[in-house]
Amino acid sequence: MPGIETLHFVLEGLLAGVGVTMLVTVCALLIGTAFGFALSLVREFTRSRLIHFSVDAYLEFFRNIPALTHLFILYFGLASIGLRLSALTAAVLGLGLIGAASTCDIFRAGFRALPRGQTEAALAAGFTPWQTIQFILMPQAMRVALPGLGNFAVQLVKDTSVVSAIAAPEIMFYARSMVTSSFQTTLIYTTAAVLYLLLSLPLMQGVRLLERHYGRTKG
Amino acid sequence: MDALLRVTGLRKAYGPVEVLKGIDLSVRPGEKIALIGPSGSGKSTCLRCLNFLEKPSAGQIFLDEEEIGVRNGRPMSDRELAPQRSEMGMVFQLFNLWPHLTVTENVAIAARKVRGLPAKEARELALEMLAKVHMTHRADASPAELSGGQQQRVAIARALSQKPKLMLFDEPTSALDPELVHEVLKVIEELAAEGRTMLIVTHEIAFARDVADRVLFLDGGVIVEEGPARNVISHPREPRTQSFLKQIRH
Amino acid sequence: MNSFFQPFFEYANEWAPQLGEAMVNTALLSVSGFALSLVFGLLLLLAQGSDYALISRFAKLYITVVRGVPLLAVLFLIYFGLPGIGITFDAFPAAVLGLSLCFAAQVGEVLRAGLKAVPNGQREAALSVGFTPSQSFAYIVLPQVLRIVLSPMLVTFVSLLKDSSLASLITVDELVLTGRAMATEYFLPLQIYIAVGLCYFVIAWPFSLLSRRLAR
Ligand SMILES: Nc1ncnc2c1ncn2[C@@H]1O[C@H](COP(=O)(O)OP(=O)(O)O)[C@@H](O)[C@H]1O
Ligand SMILES: [Mg+2]
Repeated sequence: MPGIETLHFVLEGLLAGVGVTMLVTVCALLIGTAFGFALSLVREFTRSRLIHFSVDAYLEFFRNIPALTHLFILYFGLASIGLRLSALTAAVLGLGLIGAASTCDIFRAGFRALPRGQTEAALAAGFTPWQTIQFILMPQAMRVALPGLGNFAVQLVKDTSVVSAIAAPEIMFYARSMVTSSFQTTLIYTTAAVLYLLLSLPLMQGVRLLERHYGRTKG
Repeated sequence: MDALLRVTGLRKAYGPVEVLKGIDLSVRPGEKIALIGPSGSGKSTCLRCLNFLEKPSAGQIFLDEEEIGVRNGRPMSDRELAPQRSEMGMVFQLFNLWPHLTVTENVAIAARKVRGLPAKEARELALEMLAKVHMTHRADASPAELSGGQQQRVAIARALSQKPKLMLFDEPTSALDPELVHEVLKVIEELAAEGRTMLIVTHEIAFARDVADRVLFLDGGVIVEEGPARNVISHPREPRTQSFLKQIRH
Repeated sequence: MNSFFQPFFEYANEWAPQLGEAMVNTALLSVSGFALSLVFGLLLLLAQGSDYALISRFAKLYITVVRGVPLLAVLFLIYFGLPGIGITFDAFPAAVLGLSLCFAAQVGEVLRAGLKAVPNGQREAALSVGFTPSQSFAYIVLPQVLRIVLSPMLVTFVSLLKDSSLASLITVDELVLTGRAMATEYFLPLQIYIAVGLCYFVIAWPFSLLSRRLAR
């Protein structure tokens, strides 16, 4: 049985990756949310067919192809034509671009949940279309989207584990490189799983609170 | 005993809140009873207790001298209740048609699955019932394609297909646009003329006066006043009945 | 640009059979994983509604844990970790097990939402015409639930299909692992990983389209 020293050794090894896991999560969250929001605005509030088509193509492209494949294309694929990204850059960029497809859907659902009368009332009150979006629609859509974004963040923490496959030094990467003797593997991977769970739990609790706070008011 | 339905000491509480505080009621075969009263007075609860969609907290219900919901002194399960429920046809305020079935299937399915009629006979029965509610022309439609009034007529046909001893209507026209109320009331009136036994919760006071034999005024979980329809509606004795009727007429 | 596309034509007849076989493996893995997810998901749903507090609490805990632990950690734990305590799986069954353990929670949630989406009046109307509870469920509630869950189930399937790519990291010979081997062999990682991506797309897109059509 692994003793307390082994556990200490394992924990120390894995904790080295926590920082990168959090860094990748936060960066990808920011990129994914900002870009996804921009996409949703463009998709919902322009009329251009070309723009609609481009956004839809983007969404389909990221929705139907695994993250791992995108990461390999960014990291190994681009390097082969001389565009060398660091593992971390590729990880953040990849997860951010993929995440934008998710958050775009979340924001769009937020905008679509608003009754048509909201726009009409704003326009009737003399707002310009952009003012209507900015002051009337966006604040409301955000509220609707918030729990969905929280769930996205929870998912993202887990998805960062995938970037270990392109050698970004996060928790899973250390777990894999630490595995030395067979009796320790059970402990190492269990500890890794628990670490992810500990990172996710506060976020999950946050989502619960958001849902309780906003979920009730929305029929 | 000449009562078809007999209710004694019916009580229903949700937690500490007592919604029905002892209802006694007796309905003769062929009698039409209108149950009126303000919103929240317990009319729906009373009706739903009759076929045990809600389990009464106390009291007894007899249909044709058979006690509902109790066998050998023990409460019956939903499964055991099924045959008793099929003797009462229920019409809901919000129709509750089954959206995945066509109009005819909505009416035929109980005959097939509950009473085991062959498909063809069940369909014929369904069409017969749809004719009674003047809905044969939409026999193959889906409920979603119908107006509220049409949906409610189909729901009535569905209840009729059980060949029930007693029909229960829970505000059958309250969810309808005003112009659709009449077609449903007309159907119910025609059923009344056939001599069916009916218990109708309604806010249509004129309809209650013209069609019902007897009116019960329910308020705060008790029957405050009851009597022949014309008397109660045109000359209510109790102040609570008077003020309720005054409100509803405005 | 020409030199970018050129390998696709040059090696088409070598790549196509390899990727084709890998696609079959990926499909097999995903379908098995999804089938088992349905079983686990249903069990989880039943457990959640159980009268025994111990069982329903276990189900809740399970869902929380699965929501917070990455599939990759689960796969590694099953395939590399469990042998440490004497439990050994082949790569493919390990991947099927890991996928279904993780996706059971999502499947259970979809089923639960589907059940909740059928108004109680539907069941009451069924009981009132004399159906027994099991008849009410079979003839009235279940058909509506199936119709409701179909679209989200397809979305779940596409997620599972994508996540099945992680099985490559525990040596399951599916699309990504095949791609890795090919990338080393041909030294054309960009073209090959794009081809791999397209293979996934070809399987997943029809399901995505169908799910969106059904959602309307
Ligand atoms: N399932 C329930 N749980 C708690 N209270 C209920 C429930 N159903 C009805 N009530 C309460 O019982 C009272 C009577 O309701 P109901 O029978 O629907 O009245 P009516 O049909 O006369 O409007 C109301 O105050 C209502 O809030
Ligand atoms: Mg009511």
